Amino acid sequence: MSQTAKELSCRELVELVTDYLEGALEVSRVAALDAHLAGCDGCDTYVEQMRQTVAALRGLGDGETLLPRTRETVLAAFVRDLPSSGLGLLEPG
Amino acid sequence: MTQPGTDETELIEALRRGDEEAFAKLVDDLSPALLRLAMAYVPSRAVAEDVVQDTWLGVINGIDRFEGRSSLRTWIYRILLNTARTRGRRERRTLPFSYFRRRAEEGSDEPAVEPERFQGRRGEQPGAWTRPPIEWSSPEEVLAGAEARRVMLEAIAALPPRQREVITLRDIQGLSAEEARNALEVSETNQRVLLHRARSKVRAALERYFESEMAAV
Repeated sequence: MSQTAKELSCRELVELVTDYLEGALEVSRVAALDAHLAGCDGCDTYVEQMRQTVAALRGLGDGETLLPRTRETVLAAFVRDLPSSGLGLLEPG
Repeated sequence: MTQPGTDETELIEALRRGDEEAFAKLVDDLSPALLRLAMAYVPSRAVAEDVVQDTWLGVINGIDRFEGRSSLRTWIYRILLNTARTRGRRERRTLPFSYFRRRAEEGSDEPAVEPERFQGRRGEQPGAWTRPPIEWSSPEEVLAGAEARRVMLEAIAALPPRQREVITLRDIQGLSAEEARNALEVSETNQRVLLHRARSKVRAALERYFESEMAAV
């Protein structure tokens, strides 16, 4: 492990992963973190798992959908209540 | 601030014009995430469904007054959060737990990984892993499976409400940090702290799942 890597412990690194992935870490900290990752399989795996977690979460939203009844109620309200809906009601210009 | 793009301006105009197709698409795109977010506040899926319905009715009523100071999405999330919070309070008739938990949620006293997995201060290399994470086997396939989905949903359901809100908006719905921050009215730093806690816990839940799978083989 390099000198820079030693400055940042694994325990500290796991608390910086989100800042790191979000690009919110100072340049000097990014360098220290990259140096640590290059020499530490455990942390490298950890960061990779955080990335995999984020990617997996992205697919979660798809499952849940409105009940057809709710969807119809909402769409019907849109047609009924929006004052400007319908033909010939647009202001000129 | 968020600059509404041409697409967004066009969408808002289409909605004001009464373009049913544009509205239906918006409802279909956003409702899944709105439902998940509503569930952070109310006790059941059925009530969450009501909250989302009321949110869309609020959007219909308010679209003519929407001033575009935030993005359309952010504005809709805010309507949902107000509706859900009001409804959640009514359903419980007490102060939500989040009121008491809020400070702890944003605090930094909650480690991403159990401290026992690192060497202590007197160790040879203080703070180094004693039990490092093990690479997950075929993560893409496993994480796309129904079982991993359930593990993630349960982990999210167990999160304190504000962590759940942030991870829902950011990672499930894919909002930008700024959009999430505006919708939830939290600071940039708090947004990131909440996201970090939430992601760390979901990762930990997935790790336990992968380990139990490996042990079962």
